[in-house]
Amino acid sequence: MALPARIVTLLVAFLAVVALAFFVVIHYFLGGPQTVDFSAGVTADTGATVHVVMQEDAQNTVSTHPDWVSYFIQDPTTKQWLHTTVFKVPAGSRIDMTIYGYDGCTPLRNPYWGKVTGTIGGTEDVNGTPVSQLNSWSGCNVGHTFSIPGINLNVPMGSPTNPNANLCSTSPCTSGPHKTMTFSFMSPKITGSYFWQCRVPCGGGFIDGFGGPMQTIGFMTGNMEVVS
Amino acid sequence: MAASVAAESQPSEAGGPNHGLRIFLIWLPLSVAADLILYFVYGPHMPPGRMSNTAQSQQFDIKVMSVLAAPVMIFVLVFAGYALIVWRRREGDDSDGPPIFGHARIQATWITVTAVIVLFLAGFGTYELAWPGMAGAGGGEGPSPIWQPKGHDFLEVQVIAQQWRFTYRYPQFGGFETTQLVLPVGRPVQFNVTSLDVIHSFWAYQLGVKADANPGVNNVAYTTPQQTGTVTVRCAELCGLWHGAMFDYGSVVSVSAFEAWATHTEAVLASVTRMLPPYASTYDPTVIPNINAAMAKAGIAGANGYYYPPQDPVQP
Repeated sequence: MALPARIVTLLVAFLAVVALAFFVVIHYFLGGPQTVDFSAGVTADTGATVHVVMQEDAQNTVSTHPDWVSYFIQDPTTKQWLHTTVFKVPAGSRIDMTIYGYDGCTPLRNPYWGKVTGTIGGTEDVNGTPVSQLNSWSGCNVGHTFSIPGINLNVPMGSPTNPNANLCSTSPCTSGPHKTMTFSFMSPKITGSYFWQCRVPCGGGFIDGFGGPMQTIGFMTGNMEVVS
Repeated sequence: MAASVAAESQPSEAGGPNHGLRIFLIWLPLSVAADLILYFVYGPHMPPGRMSNTAQSQQFDIKVMSVLAAPVMIFVLVFAGYALIVWRRREGDDSDGPPIFGHARIQATWITVTAVIVLFLAGFGTYELAWPGMAGAGGGEGPSPIWQPKGHDFLEVQVIAQQWRFTYRYPQFGGFETTQLVLPVGRPVQFNVTSLDVIHSFWAYQLGVKADANPGVNNVAYTTPQQTGTVTVRCAELCGLWHGAMFDYGSVVSVSAFEAWATHTEAVLASVTRMLPPYASTYDPTVIPNINAAMAKAGIAGANGYYYPPQDPVQP
């Protein structure tokens, strides 16, 4: 091969490797679910109220893993459901949560997580009824949990009562059997990233249900970014 | 050792300086000073501290190993420094150094000294593990511990690791479960460490306790807290996405404060305790088939329509 051709080949190969490296860095390391901002226009540390609305579905039809269970967050401005689990709230504020539970029931591996902790009043409302714990082993009543270990928040999510109900099959769900959970908690005064997770082993198809969506931000775990 | 090795490896020329003696005289005071500083000045501050008998034992072990290692390291540094200064190539000196052949005395000395050190450390380590006062030195001993503390007045605490949080059960107080680790000072503690999902490791740093948490296995570790204070608990086994956030803080309190806390917590958590499975030395996964059976009987379709479906990689 002539020298110019060899140089061009080498150059092309080098650029291809660089492009691949950029793609990997951008796509896998810097990419990720978008952040839904609930802090805009709210002054931190004033006890102001922020309303966060989410839903959990038995599947999602908006990603490359349609059979993975997933949470969605409603954009506070457009009211559109976004396939993300990252949201931003102001520090020292009251967070009023509404979570629609569209997924069916699954027993907790550790029923201890059926206890509500970290909320204002130590309870959540399930379809308007205040409860302090849900026994996932005694009935079909828990679909998932919403837990932020950093602030000792743990809230079991109720599931549709009828075990044979036809669950919503197109996500984000707008109709179908579901439970509505409401609860409130205070965001911490210390800013930073607080991860949250589900404690039901709902990663179907993975060892003991503890893989896939359970370990992937954007599905059953995410971050609450607390900002000043 | 230093003197003999140095002397043999660089024998002085007739009438020349005794390099071995020089090196020895430099090495000896440095080593003595280093050992005294390591043992008496820095030693009391070495990790993991003295909050429990096992932590104190580990600190003592580290001090002993430091005292043994320091002279060896100082000898290497002194020898290297001496060689660089005294035996460096002089301007215009292009001659070779003296040929080196095998030397039985040096080899025998080297083998003897290193063998003595290694055998001493093996015996010392075994003693530290087996001595009843240490009872495993804070490490996990498996479900049938060989070494146990004297007496049987243990406080039993079950450590349940799960992605990504530790919870603790107190079987002697009705079996309540909590995210708080609270221990009384002065009373031997038996940790029963297990996991209900993947492999974790329970590391109570200031107590000098570290035990793997494996699903279906009861890994027993002992310690006796000697001081009140805060204990940092971390997972020491890469266990998934949020492994780095799997930590909490426990506390060692007075006996009366512990009794008050345990009694109060038992009462507060009574309704939650009733939801828990009966206390067992492991978080018994055999309850899961019972759940599956109950779900199947009720025709329940859980998340994704099942709990552990047949196509999943592992069935509990």
